[in-house]
Amino acid sequence: MSAINPDPAHALTASGNLRRRQAVSRVFVSATIAAAGLAVVVLLLLVYYAAKRGIGQLSWTFLTGHLPPYDGVGGGIGPALVGTGELVLISTLIALPVGVLTALYLAEFASPRVGKVIQTGIEQMAGLPTIVIGIFIFGLVTKHFGQSAISAALALSIVQVPLIARASLESIRRVPGSIREAADALGVARWRTIVGLILPTASSGIVTATILALARAAGETAPILLNTNPTGLGYQLNPLQAVPTIPVEIYQLLNSGYPAAVAKAWGAAFLLITTILAVNIGARVWLRRSERKRGI
Amino acid sequence: MGRGLSTLLRRVPTLAPPKPISAANKRAVLDQLNVTDRRANRALRLLALAGGTLVFLVLIAIVYQVIDGASLAFSTYGFGFIGHKTWNPPANQYGGLTFIYGTLVTAVGALVLSTILGVSIGLFLSLMAPRRVAAVIGPLVEMLAAVPSVVLGLIGIYLLLPFIRSDVEPALHSVLGFTQIFGPAQPVGNSPFAAILVLTIMVVPIIAALTRDLFLTVPRELRDGAEALGATRWEMIRGVVLPTTQTGITAACVLGFGRAIGEAIAVAFVIGGVPAMHLSVFESGNSMAAVIATEAPSAISNLQTSALFYLAAILLVMGITTNLTAQRISRRGSRMR
Repeated sequence: MSAINPDPAHALTASGNLRRRQAVSRVFVSATIAAAGLAVVVLLLLVYYAAKRGIGQLSWTFLTGHLPPYDGVGGGIGPALVGTGELVLISTLIALPVGVLTALYLAEFASPRVGKVIQTGIEQMAGLPTIVIGIFIFGLVTKHFGQSAISAALALSIVQVPLIARASLESIRRVPGSIREAADALGVARWRTIVGLILPTASSGIVTATILALARAAGETAPILLNTNPTGLGYQLNPLQAVPTIPVEIYQLLNSGYPAAVAKAWGAAFLLITTILAVNIGARVWLRRSERKRGI
Repeated sequence: MGRGLSTLLRRVPTLAPPKPISAANKRAVLDQLNVTDRRANRALRLLALAGGTLVFLVLIAIVYQVIDGASLAFSTYGFGFIGHKTWNPPANQYGGLTFIYGTLVTAVGALVLSTILGVSIGLFLSLMAPRRVAAVIGPLVEMLAAVPSVVLGLIGIYLLLPFIRSDVEPALHSVLGFTQIFGPAQPVGNSPFAAILVLTIMVVPIIAALTRDLFLTVPRELRDGAEALGATRWEMIRGVVLPTTQTGITAACVLGFGRAIGEAIAVAFVIGGVPAMHLSVFESGNSMAAVIATEAPSAISNLQTSALFYLAAILLVMGITTNLTAQRISRRGSRMR
């Protein structure tokens, strides 16, 4: 009996042209893997360096102390933390009703043609350069009334409205048609259907969108740079005055360029980036869980 | 209300042959609805309409305000502002060309890099990766878009610039220096090239997320068919996936371009802040968004503020045009499918 020698003409391994094609394919597939890997590595590097340089700054005085003077020696970022919280709260209070109502109009009331027009408007708003929003509010409000938390919050709410409107629209549209039909069949008035059934069913999506918009607003610099950029170093709670914020404070510390100031900027950046990423991850996980529970 | 009533009428189960909907019939149904409900219906509808209208009013106000702010510079320079290179605040002379050039160079550069990377990541997440891997990597890539621009600026200054100065620039210059695009070594490292890299980090997650969703819409039968005919993975992608999603990919890239032209803070930190035009991407320049952010808070004259508004108006026009283009392309694409 002869040994089983595979016939080279009918081998199962690729050869010739096929081999070349498979090699090409493998190269491109590896390239896509490399691209995805690169993006993840960049994200991890960003977080790693922010942590490496910023974590040493964290202390009680850093978190609560007044803002540092120009050379960055002493002090902390307490007023900026409070100011960012205040600003984001005001802007979300403005953006949430506008965004949800717009989504509601698109989902429940608008005719296809009007709906298309308003949708285009939302897309345009989402695509506005944020610095243009900043200079718009600067010309409209700040130039006449001076810098204030209110005017900065208005600018931030323009950033937030399309985010909230788009995500709310999506989750309102995902409300099962059977709920609406059941309510209609029972003769329930439209507003009761919307307020009592549709909005509660879509609420997890709307809440997630709001939280994500809040996180987005907390990190924005360009819209507020012209509208709240105070010279004082202490706590400022009056919304009619310019309040310090984390992003603008980082911007200022970097511009001063003193080593102590830059170190403080790293500390603030670490706080900002970890908070924003944690909120993003938390909101997504929560949304997935609550939607699964509701069976959407 | 009209739609509510008609759905109500349509959905009432009718055992007897349906009555013709006459005006009297309509009135009868309306009367059944309680008066408060009718008022509340109308109020909610109006409220929702107000929300939608407000979005539009704000857009109109933005266009008006920006044009109004630019009127002084416009009456001084006219359209010549766009083609003028001088930007000298102490001498009160302003021209926008260097900034327009900087914006276009950085945005196009970032677009090229992030199209390659973003589409690759989209392909990986939708067609290559096992579902579990994609469920982890996908959100991580989207997280990149959540990094605040001021943090990217900080990282750009203290990590990216030294890296470019010591490694990237000498390498590119020695290999491709003859093209002039990767010109002579700069001691500082602040350059449009750094801005391109920072913008790429911002645009990649946008293109990746959009194209991933797009590739998932390619019918499975088409992909399986190609592979059953003996196409390799890459041939399947090049022959089936990319051609069917071409318009969508273009729309995603145009949207990414819109994001890149508007970024101010991160770019302002790394681009160099010099109103100059160079062929080399390693020589300091500036961009429209960046100069607005850096000079508007400390503008020394009304004309300077107005010139910055003029730049904002150009930026706004570019932004609106790119957005409309993206919408039109993607609508055409979805109609074709």
